[in-house]
Amino acid sequence: MTVQSEKDRRGADGAPPPPAVEMRGIVKRFPGVLANDRVDFEAAAGEVHALLGENGAGKSTLSNILTGLYRPDAGEIFIDGEPVQFHSPRDALDARIFMVHQHFRLVEPFTVAENVVLGDHRGEGRTFRLRHRAIEQRVAELSKRYGLAVDPRARVWQLSLGEQQRVEILKALYREARILILDEPTAVLTPQEADVLFETLREMAAEGRTVVFISHKLHEVKAVADRVTVLRGGRSVATVSAADATLRSLASLMVGRELDSGQPARARTPGEPVLELTDVWSDADRGDSAVRGASLVVRGGEIVAVAGVAGNGQRELAETVAGMRRATRGKILVCGKAIRAGDPRSAIAAGVAYVPEDRLGTGVAPSLSIASNLALKGYRERSSSHGPLLRIGRIREHAVELIQRYSIAAPGPGAPARLLSGGNLQKVVLAREFSGKPRLLIAASPTRGLDVGAIETVHAYLREAAADGVGVLLISEDLDEILLLADRVAVMYEGAIVGETSREEADVEEIGLLMAGGQDPRAD
Amino acid sequence: MRIERRLRQPRWLIVAVPAGSLVFAFFAAGLVLYATGHNALSSYRQIVDAAFLNSGAIGQTLTQATPLAFTGLAAAAAFRMRLFNIGAEGQLFMGAITADAAGLYLGGHGWPTALVIFAMVIAGCAGGAAWALIPGALRAFFKTNEIITSLMLNYVAAYVLTYLVFNTESYWRQTKGFNASVFPTSKTLPNDALWPSAMIHARGGIALPLGAGIAVLVAFLLWFLFTRTRFGFEAQVLGDSPRAAQYAGMRTRRKILAVMGISGAVAGLGGASQVGDFAHMLDADPNGLQKQYYGYTGIVVAALARYNPLAVVVVAFLIGALQNAGNTLQGADFPSGLVGVMQGIILFSALGGELLVRYRVRVGRTMPATEAA
Repeated sequence: MTVQSEKDRRGADGAPPPPAVEMRGIVKRFPGVLANDRVDFEAAAGEVHALLGENGAGKSTLSNILTGLYRPDAGEIFIDGEPVQFHSPRDALDARIFMVHQHFRLVEPFTVAENVVLGDHRGEGRTFRLRHRAIEQRVAELSKRYGLAVDPRARVWQLSLGEQQRVEILKALYREARILILDEPTAVLTPQEADVLFETLREMAAEGRTVVFISHKLHEVKAVADRVTVLRGGRSVATVSAADATLRSLASLMVGRELDSGQPARARTPGEPVLELTDVWSDADRGDSAVRGASLVVRGGEIVAVAGVAGNGQRELAETVAGMRRATRGKILVCGKAIRAGDPRSAIAAGVAYVPEDRLGTGVAPSLSIASNLALKGYRERSSSHGPLLRIGRIREHAVELIQRYSIAAPGPGAPARLLSGGNLQKVVLAREFSGKPRLLIAASPTRGLDVGAIETVHAYLREAAADGVGVLLISEDLDEILLLADRVAVMYEGAIVGETSREEADVEEIGLLMAGGQDPRAD
Repeated sequence: MRIERRLRQPRWLIVAVPAGSLVFAFFAAGLVLYATGHNALSSYRQIVDAAFLNSGAIGQTLTQATPLAFTGLAAAAAFRMRLFNIGAEGQLFMGAITADAAGLYLGGHGWPTALVIFAMVIAGCAGGAAWALIPGALRAFFKTNEIITSLMLNYVAAYVLTYLVFNTESYWRQTKGFNASVFPTSKTLPNDALWPSAMIHARGGIALPLGAGIAVLVAFLLWFLFTRTRFGFEAQVLGDSPRAAQYAGMRTRRKILAVMGISGAVAGLGGASQVGDFAHMLDADPNGLQKQYYGYTGIVVAALARYNPLAVVVVAFLIGALQNAGNTLQGADFPSGLVGVMQGIILFSALGGELLVRYRVRVGRTMPATEAA
């Protein structure tokens, strides 16, 4: 389908058509922060336009203004040359502007199809009785046409993050979005998945839609976008053509300085095995087994990365080792001793630290204070409690100390954790996990959604942990990150470890092939 | 004009908003009084007199407030962990039944009163806790919604109470005497099972029931439990994010059972206090325990106190005063319906004021302040 308005066609008989979106002089102030400072932005129909900038550069604020979530303090918005004022997200939806947020807006207990029609006040979503069959069919059609593989009848909570993102994009397609904004969409994807997404986006642009792609990853921007608008410190710095820009020039526009390409990990001599997995199986949230006979060894002082496409059992593997998911078969030894299946406390006692993928909600209790969250595991220790009584003073002192040592930007130890930014939240989790003096650290997507600076910090902490003799099991979907950090790379596919290689011998293409289910070429 | 969420809740608001709500409530209720031809000021004067100043008024208020303190504490204890135990009503009945049995059985044998009372307290706690553990266990092991199960058990408990008073072979039923053959009634507790009260010689004597003292003690214990112990810490984490609690290696099921048990025990203690302090028998008559709705009002008390056990005691006293004043006020020229309206307005504005603590109203075209992107 071609998405074009009356206006566009009329534009053809004279002046060039006005841009699909134009934002002029947008100012948005929050208490203490000037999030957008006279930002100008425009994107044409049929282009993929990247919005590049570090966290805090004002990208999300700008897109929230465009989607009617915030109202600007000053500035104008034009859609196809017409000035518009969005009073609510509904107005923006009526203008067929749709956003895929970084944290998905999905109703977890609902099916994919139900989520797709939810809130759609034009078509199926409006009828009193949902015609499930028709909706599912339409969703299946769309997902087939755009290569967005997902089962329309699956419930959202059972889906991997990558699949959930596809549901969000299907929502936009179902509503015939003209302007689609994606906020850091690749954060949850593997390189292969990202490539598929890019193809989908290009296809959508080719149909005359406008795709606004928010990212802080340079090579992605370069790979997918036609033009790039760079934001820095709340201001629009430049708009350049992606073809003309180099990674280096984009980087310097984005950060105002040139970036180091991170230090490769130095060689370490691994110690005793801290984690031995032998033929481990565990169930998925939905029915079947997610981990299917995984075997792996992690030694003290080394970083072992598990690469894989989202939804191949990595998350479940991490949860199983951390004791949050019951192993149905197989043996899990931590420092040579078996941990009780499905008992997180026994894993913690054995020296397993775990940085979960879901920071807010699992990694921390969001409404509780930072001090409480820093004591979330250590409260049972002598240092924090006296028999059944808590030592409130000591917990607070400990928190103040950790806040300082990990330079967590927080109003104070008493502030609720949910007020922290993603990077600082992750520092809270890391500070707590490290202070437990672990033997094994499981880090699941530890840099997901963080900005460049925070990513560097997290990487540094992981390296430091390994240097201290901790065995690190890194689960990541970011191959660059894996190659930067890992001593060994294991590839997980359909619940099993299908290949393992040292970093020196690692070959991106081969890893990609294994991730995609191809056989190990060395096997024959 | 729009309502937006506050990023932070300033401390002064926590005091200012309830005070403001109360002022507003009295103003609004004043309009109602004026419209129905009453003098608002003199009505308020009467309320204050009836609640606090008249001879014996404080004692009456305490009679109303004591059970509310227990049920309020029961609700607050469970709600803090986001366990919505709506069953304080039934747990109070059960506590009354078991405590009454203990008093009837042990009293009158020359045992020291303190021992009999202690046994009644234990029996009341046990009865309430056992009743609360039914929804507790269902929740812990089968993830059943405790709101529904605890609510339904209230009706069961009410029928059990009625049955025990009316059944001819019931241990609790009075079978001797003339009245007993005319209308079924329960046995009266022997003298050495009655709970004493402390007399304060002011305003014609204020009787402080033992139960009121126990309620204050329980409030302090609960406050300590929830803010100063590992147990309370775990309950707090579990209430905020069950997933984080699991992640931190906390034993979820045990905690649900323990908190439900504590909540039920406190409600049951309220039942024991009803029997020991006030009724001195198990009553099921039309104006007895079942018509007071202490369990449900306790939820309102807990909500107004923001689940803070110490605040529950204060709120229970104020609500008790309001109910006491209402009982005294209603008469020929002051219809009982009007009393209900005034109580409703006061509760409504107090709860409505809560909104202002968490949200603020802004006029103009500014937008919600969220964290900067």
